[in-house]
Amino acid sequence: MNGISVVSRRGFLEGVLSAGALVLAVPLARTLNASDADKAAFHPGVYVGIEPNGQVIIVVHRSEMGTGVRTTLPMVLADELEADWKRVRIEQAIGDRKYGSQNTDGSNSIVEFYQPFRQGGATARMMLESAAASKWGVAASECQAKNHEIVHAASGRKLGFGELVAAASQQPVPKKEDLKFKPASEYRYIGKDIPITDLDKLVTGGRAFGMDAKVPGMVYASIEHPPVLDGKVVKVDDSDALKVPGVKQTLQIEGYKPPNYMFNSLGGVAVIADNTWAAFQGRKKLKIDWDLNTPHATYDSTAYKKELQETARKPGRAERQLGDVDAEFAKGGKIIEAEYYVPHLAHAPMEPPVAVAEFKDGKVNMWAPVQDPQTTQQTVARAVGIKPEDVTCNVTLLGGGFGRKSKPDFCAEAAVLSKQLGKPVKVVWSREDDLRFDYFHFVAAMYMKAAVDEKGMPTAWFGRSVYPPMLQNSDKPGYGSLGFMGWMDVPWEIPNIRTENGMAQGHVRVGWLRSVANIPHAFGVHSFVDELAAEAKRDRVEYLLALLGSDRIVDTTARGRGGRGGGAARPNPYPIDTARFKRIVQMVADQSGWGKNKSGNGRGWGIAVHRSFLTYVASVVQVEVDHEGHLHIPRVDTVVDAGFVVNPERARAQFEGAAVFGTSLALMGEITSGDGRIQQSNFHNYPVARMNEAPTETHVTIVKSEAAPAGIGEPGVPPIAPAICNAVFAATGKRVRELPLKKAKLV
Amino acid sequence: MIQLKVNGTARQFDGDPDMPLLWYLRDILDMTGTKFGCGVGLCGACTVHVNGAATRSCSLPMKQAAGKNILTIEGLAPKGDHPLQQAWRANNVPQCGYCQSGQIMQAAALLKQKSKPTDHDIDEGMSGNICRCGTYQRIRAAIKQAAGVKA
Repeated sequence: MNGISVVSRRGFLEGVLSAGALVLAVPLARTLNASDADKAAFHPGVYVGIEPNGQVIIVVHRSEMGTGVRTTLPMVLADELEADWKRVRIEQAIGDRKYGSQNTDGSNSIVEFYQPFRQGGATARMMLESAAASKWGVAASECQAKNHEIVHAASGRKLGFGELVAAASQQPVPKKEDLKFKPASEYRYIGKDIPITDLDKLVTGGRAFGMDAKVPGMVYASIEHPPVLDGKVVKVDDSDALKVPGVKQTLQIEGYKPPNYMFNSLGGVAVIADNTWAAFQGRKKLKIDWDLNTPHATYDSTAYKKELQETARKPGRAERQLGDVDAEFAKGGKIIEAEYYVPHLAHAPMEPPVAVAEFKDGKVNMWAPVQDPQTTQQTVARAVGIKPEDVTCNVTLLGGGFGRKSKPDFCAEAAVLSKQLGKPVKVVWSREDDLRFDYFHFVAAMYMKAAVDEKGMPTAWFGRSVYPPMLQNSDKPGYGSLGFMGWMDVPWEIPNIRTENGMAQGHVRVGWLRSVANIPHAFGVHSFVDELAAEAKRDRVEYLLALLGSDRIVDTTARGRGGRGGGAARPNPYPIDTARFKRIVQMVADQSGWGKNKSGNGRGWGIAVHRSFLTYVASVVQVEVDHEGHLHIPRVDTVVDAGFVVNPERARAQFEGAAVFGTSLALMGEITSGDGRIQQSNFHNYPVARMNEAPTETHVTIVKSEAAPAGIGEPGVPPIAPAICNAVFAATGKRVRELPLKKAKLV
Repeated sequence: MIQLKVNGTARQFDGDPDMPLLWYLRDILDMTGTKFGCGVGLCGACTVHVNGAATRSCSLPMKQAAGKNILTIEGLAPKGDHPLQQAWRANNVPQCGYCQSGQIMQAAALLKQKSKPTDHDIDEGMSGNICRCGTYQRIRAAIKQAAGVKA
């Protein structure tokens, strides 16, 4: 990030703050879509504006889906600014490239924007200090911001932020290298428990979500999509649908051009009505002839599983090579092998996909719960044949996202329909639509093999994982290529390591779900570690510590892959540090009473430790299995080293939630296909954990650290499934190698 | 013509008598606090009180709502200060928040039946309400706090 420039009162853009290498100057688009912060009297950067009455406006450009980002990022800026939190108003950014990446996924908001927000606050503060200094004729170094005022201690003079905005906007913008940051000891908000910005709205039923959006003259649409990937509408008989009270008309939506589904609409037939219910009812009366002559119409999950498993048993493409595993295996020592399997999963956010769009005069204005408003602009623009900057994407709160709302196909649908109808349209997906036409998390088969010495420690480690690639054109197979997520980056101190990836063909839309490939990879890797330790008859904690080995930095960048999957900064601020791994293993053992707990007779404790999104997480899960095989999880202990944590309270909440999310996918998550059609449709056949099935207590400890801030939203998920299955083994002696666990007979 | 009361206000509806109460509230009255989650009574996001009883509004046709008193999240406490809402704030319960209207309405009905609920009562009362973010342990803590039951 280079310098922050001033945007004058006229809103004319002289320069922009850029959070990547991205620098844009688009004065026209700016004046049209100026934020309140842009329009404020003092506007020292895209994320902040201050009005003469002292009101501070902080712009959050990332989407709120429950992580607390609409609170946490402003805390950083307000703290550096020395603003009074009560006088801060938070403004949600529309999609606009001037903000840098708005793609709210990859647990990246604080990783990428902690520093820009800190710089934004420090810049504004130093300009206010200079403004006061010049008014008083003293040195700026004698003036200090303190709780919404600039104070000259020597003379006792004070001026409020608001009184200084006019003068501050005339001050030169300090260079990045000249910015002075507050010492941590003076933080007002960082590290403190601050209630989330939207708390009041959320407990009183306030209008907040995409589902709640309404504009005058709006009609409602519900869309019947082709039941099989790449399917097409041949003929529609809508005569019965049109008889439903409230139904106005039907429209065909042209979908993506196979094979490139990407973020485009699946196409189909839309029923337009004057309320959601009528649109749903009308759909039931549609008679559609489909052309389902596609390579995906025979997609069958049982057969596909065998196919993936066979691929996993054959040589694949090498991802990581350390030493020579084959030579070690050939020595004739003890060999342990295992196979693991994780099915398709659905996101199932509580708010199904929904969007309101108004196409007017060649431009689109829309309101939608999206994780990435810039991708939404591009997708919508392409769909209706306009330029991305002519799409205004207003981001509502998201009723859950988990990766589903990174894919704005439903937004394109609303815009296309609005263009055809000449009026605003709200597209509402039903739960059935959500589960049948998700971008499903990929199904994965894994094969693992280790050679072990006389103490049971591996001398060679081999893993091959096979899963269809995400967003791949539907006409060809490919490599999933996500080995950097918990597969090739294992931290174990083993001289010979090799991982491979096999090829697979997707037959549904394939996308990412909270923690992505770490879900299957962590399940395979940490189940296998437990199997090795069981074979060696060693205590799991002691075995894990031995496997992590000496304190050292495992430099994944040296192998051509960044710690974050390529493109890591150099020097990489996030190398794998085994000392950090070992510390949290020890801590979670202590916290959970590991040494005192005796597994067996239907009670068991399991452990897994996994690093993802740059964050180290260790979880111990306690399970109870009764004589009928019913499983209960009384307690989860999680210890997290995420580096410096801005908002520990929200971080704890994310890890509590991740324990439940992990429980859902471990115990009951499974999407299957038969004849190319998804067989699940609602929460009765795609269950997620309810209160009585979720862990009763989850205890989360966040390690205090000054290391670079790492991810929070996703890394809590991966260790849960293997820790549950390892606990089940400890309790019952049954090894679960395929998810979901509900399909296993535990007694 | 269907007559009913919503948060104390008399209302009339002459549309499709099969329309579920949920869509009447959301699309016709524009009261969006009650949420759509599954449409078939499996998730509890649409929970309201019908004559005092927690009810899935997505599965109650308007013809069956005739003559009933409906209470929604907007009407639970005029100032948003119901003991459960206060406890929800104190425990920072919501993450995304989408399910929380339904959770609070369900919990309010539970406390009317059992003013001092046990863990088992809370499990029984609340397991029809899904929270995909996984805020269950804070929901439990908030209910106990509102009820003055030891955590």
